[in-house]
Amino acid sequence: MARKILEEYMNRKYDADIKPKPALNMIKDKTAIVGIGETKFTRGSGRDEMDMACEAIKKAADDAGIKLEDIDGLETFTLDRTAMPFIVSTLGLKNLRFASEVSFGGGAACAVTLHAAAIVATGVAKNVVCYRSLNESSGHKFGRGDGYAKYMLTAPTPHYGYTFPMGFCTPLSWAGAWGRRWMHEFNVSYEQIGWWAVVLREYANKNPLALFHNKPMTHEDYMNVQMIVEPLRLFDCCVDTDGACAHIVTTAERAKDLKQKPVYILGAGQSAPIEQEIQTVYNRPTIAGLFETWYAAHEAYRVAGVEGKDIDVAELYDPYSLGGIMSLEECDFCERGDAGNFIEGGDNIRVDGKMPTNTSGGLLSEAYIHGFNLVNEGVRQLRGTSYNQVKDPELCMVTAGPGVPSSAMVLRN
Amino acid sequence: MVEYVPGIPILKPYIDADNKAYWDAVKEEKFVVQQCNKCKNYYQPPRPMCPECLTLDTMEFVPSTGKGEVYSYIIYTTDKMAYPAMKIPYAVMVVEMEEGVRITANNAPDIDTDEIYIGMPVEVTFAKIDDDLTLYQFKKRKS
Ligand SMILES: [Zn+2]
Repeated sequence: MARKILEEYMNRKYDADIKPKPALNMIKDKTAIVGIGETKFTRGSGRDEMDMACEAIKKAADDAGIKLEDIDGLETFTLDRTAMPFIVSTLGLKNLRFASEVSFGGGAACAVTLHAAAIVATGVAKNVVCYRSLNESSGHKFGRGDGYAKYMLTAPTPHYGYTFPMGFCTPLSWAGAWGRRWMHEFNVSYEQIGWWAVVLREYANKNPLALFHNKPMTHEDYMNVQMIVEPLRLFDCCVDTDGACAHIVTTAERAKDLKQKPVYILGAGQSAPIEQEIQTVYNRPTIAGLFETWYAAHEAYRVAGVEGKDIDVAELYDPYSLGGIMSLEECDFCERGDAGNFIEGGDNIRVDGKMPTNTSGGLLSEAYIHGFNLVNEGVRQLRGTSYNQVKDPELCMVTAGPGVPSSAMVLRN
Repeated sequence: MVEYVPGIPILKPYIDADNKAYWDAVKEEKFVVQQCNKCKNYYQPPRPMCPECLTLDTMEFVPSTGKGEVYSYIIYTTDKMAYPAMKIPYAVMVVEMEEGVRITANNAPDIDTDEIYIGMPVEVTFAKIDDDLTLYQFKKRKS
């Protein structure tokens, strides 16, 4: 008899009865993102990650209209290599009373904001800045095999021991195996998945912040570019970027007096479904789906009291095209197994389509700041200041990295 | 067929108390899987406790038939995402074993990367990579 696990996901029924009541959730509608900032995104910054982090944080504070000394909390990713204590000294954060990091790589992308929101909602700190800085292009490429060859002799954890010795040690290749199975089960073609990269490039071409600003790419270009790790081509991969992003979280009450229109956190959640590994996830009932994204998205929906059909614009974590494409299903923007058809031709995910998605160019064509540039774009959409502005959006869905304990949030204006 | 580049170390398995018997068996060219002797569920990767029975003393390693089918696979076609100690192209197959667990391993010398397909019948074989390391691979199997 097969072991029965993850039935909520397999049956696509998120069980609300056993979870805390949304009315008890202290961040829902009571917390907001009030400032955003980012450095220039480049292929070679020539700067330290510290330096870029400070610039992004300063810009976010200026954007919010708060003084740096009013920042009393710091939150980042465990993978961030800047020294938090030195950031405190450099920015002169005299009143810091909270500092923390969230684990699980890109899975932290919305959890960092969620933890900051929990801290301000419970009165531990007033203004928490969330940041991520990385020289992924010019520095240590943690997504590449040669990085591992330089730094390791054994797999870093027991579970990686079943993949690393086989030369199976990069995020893109682990995800390629899920993607291949998904394409097989739902009869999805390379031609169909190509539209994700093409539409995101269109967005990037109009976004002066994007690394691929003014660099057109056609569907034909996509089909002709080399395979990197089959089934993924070069244009299915995120763009290695040097840069930093930051955003500031405070209470809805305090947000009213600040410079910008607040963007409220309506619902957010983290997920860590059973049989989880760090991306080498092959022993669940299926691998033709992104369990963590589904659980995190449905927790965010449950708390927010909304459904996929209520969302106006989506910023989905796409470290490779299929991560974003499969997330369309996990967030209920299309039927299960139908995302290939949904993006074919691109119209459904364009700015006036059924679900405008990754409107800054996403991780593929704007920048790869570990998902934090998606948060900033979500905020711009709800402020009405995106370079690819959706008409009067009320709700924005943001997701984080799949294959690891992940996170998601619903933002509202 | 997997070929190695001399001079670059292969990353070794991470061996701990819970998986030592698994890797010891591999060294002797035997393929085992972990099973709970109470509920009979199979588990991969090995763990100290059965998450169904919540027992710490029912987990054991039992011989696998070594047979399975390709459930998914990837092929490294450029060196960008490949491990530098291995010559491209090489494949990694996710194989669903007869016991139900899924195992990841390279293609044995009898399988070219362009022959692999989902549903392909395969079975475990072993390759001695160096003095300290034996790994399992998957070779063709008559269905
Ligand atoms: Zn058991």
